[in-house]
Amino acid sequence: MTDTIIDIDRVTKRYGSHTVLQDLCFSVRPGEKLALIGPSGSGKTTILRTLMTLETIESGTIRIDGEPLFQMERNGSLVPADEAHLHRMRTKIGMVFQLFNLFPHKCVLDNVTLAPMLTKGVRKADAERRAMELLDLVGLADKARAMPAQLSGGQKQRVAIARALALQPRIMLFDEVTSALDPELVEEVLSVMRMLGSTTDMTMLLVTHEMSFAHDFADRVLFFDRGRIVEEGPPDVLFTNPTHERTQAFLKKIIAAGQRI
Amino acid sequence: MEWDWEFVREIMPMLLDGLRITLLATLLGSILAAAAGLGFALLRRSKNRAVTRITGFVVEFIRGTPLLVQLYFLFYVLPELGLLLSPLTAGVVGLGLHYATYTSEVFRAGIDNTPRGQWEAAKACNLTPYQTWRHVILPQAIPPMIPALANYFVAMFKETPLLSAITVIELMSEARGVANSNYRYLEPMTMVGVLFLCISLIAVPALHLLERRFRPPR
Repeated sequence: MTDTIIDIDRVTKRYGSHTVLQDLCFSVRPGEKLALIGPSGSGKTTILRTLMTLETIESGTIRIDGEPLFQMERNGSLVPADEAHLHRMRTKIGMVFQLFNLFPHKCVLDNVTLAPMLTKGVRKADAERRAMELLDLVGLADKARAMPAQLSGGQKQRVAIARALALQPRIMLFDEVTSALDPELVEEVLSVMRMLGSTTDMTMLLVTHEMSFAHDFADRVLFFDRGRIVEEGPPDVLFTNPTHERTQAFLKKIIAAGQRI
Repeated sequence: MEWDWEFVREIMPMLLDGLRITLLATLLGSILAAAAGLGFALLRRSKNRAVTRITGFVVEFIRGTPLLVQLYFLFYVLPELGLLLSPLTAGVVGLGLHYATYTSEVFRAGIDNTPRGQWEAAKACNLTPYQTWRHVILPQAIPPMIPALANYFVAMFKETPLLSAITVIELMSEARGVANSNYRYLEPMTMVGVLFLCISLIAVPALHLLERRFRPPR
């Protein structure tokens, strides 16, 4: 139990009659960097959203640190989680979104300090000092007083990363964080993530279409298709020598579209 | 019939007293309409089906019946059920609740316009539902609504003469009072129109200013 931080066991998720995740099983070790790749609609984003409790599941169990995410123990038996349990579980997890989702009515600094002040009762001065450190880390200390609308996409996404880090999660979820960016802004976000990957022991799950980044960054790559894991392995193996034909076809398409791996 | 400036000067203080009450009723009515409208909008989003249905019924009921009837009900019928309201209180409650059914639509639309990503980001930041409303959703949703809300408040202002029906001594009933006792209607009624027009004329540029101030920055 203790050697996994995330344990996903036979998880099924449907939207109406459409099955998004089908009896999905995998686990993640603490500190592991995991890349989830695959065609759109294969369910990889849904997994991140489910871990963040933005979605519910129909069946199966997800355990974080050995503790069920959507259930809790009461009088020796498991019952559906209440809001307090979900709140406690969410403290372990942070998420960065494709479309940034910064709070547009708050300046950069307030975007980063809001959650620590409200959810952890951190004093304003302490929250701001910590936020400035994080903004410095992502290279945006000089934008602390700017409004989100004044920032480029790459800058917004770096603020969003700082905002997620401010809550000191043990698990960080990155959901296609460069997909909405202009090509010339992708690298500044990737380099922040690369730095996080090499300097922290956070567990990181990323859904991405940047294959060469996934190759360099991840300890392990999962290839998804139609709600299942088709193939998984270390990036060197999966990218250079995939065994499954659907993985081969997917990577061929990616290369044909002009990406290096 | 000739216009009598002397008479106008004589009745002006009374009319201005009435105008004061008219403005007071509008102000209090607007505050109630904004607060209750937000309340209706939030209740209609409740997860509890019964709450949503009952709120929906109440809102449709108030919107579907004339304000004058509601005012009569509040002032003349409620006392028989043991609830005695002063004329101004009954008037403010009537105006406020009636317009709350309209402002609730403004709130509903404004809240629905907040992108789903904002709710998700708030959840990822682990904010409670209350904190999400208070710090994320409402501060974004309300500014774009302000012009639409202000429009309803101006409309409410022009309906305040209805309060004269429940003995509120506002502008219209002051004017009718002096007109009846002097048998002259020309000057009092003209001045009522002029005073309403003056306030409305001030309100229009103020509204435009609000619209410019809170125009969404896209």
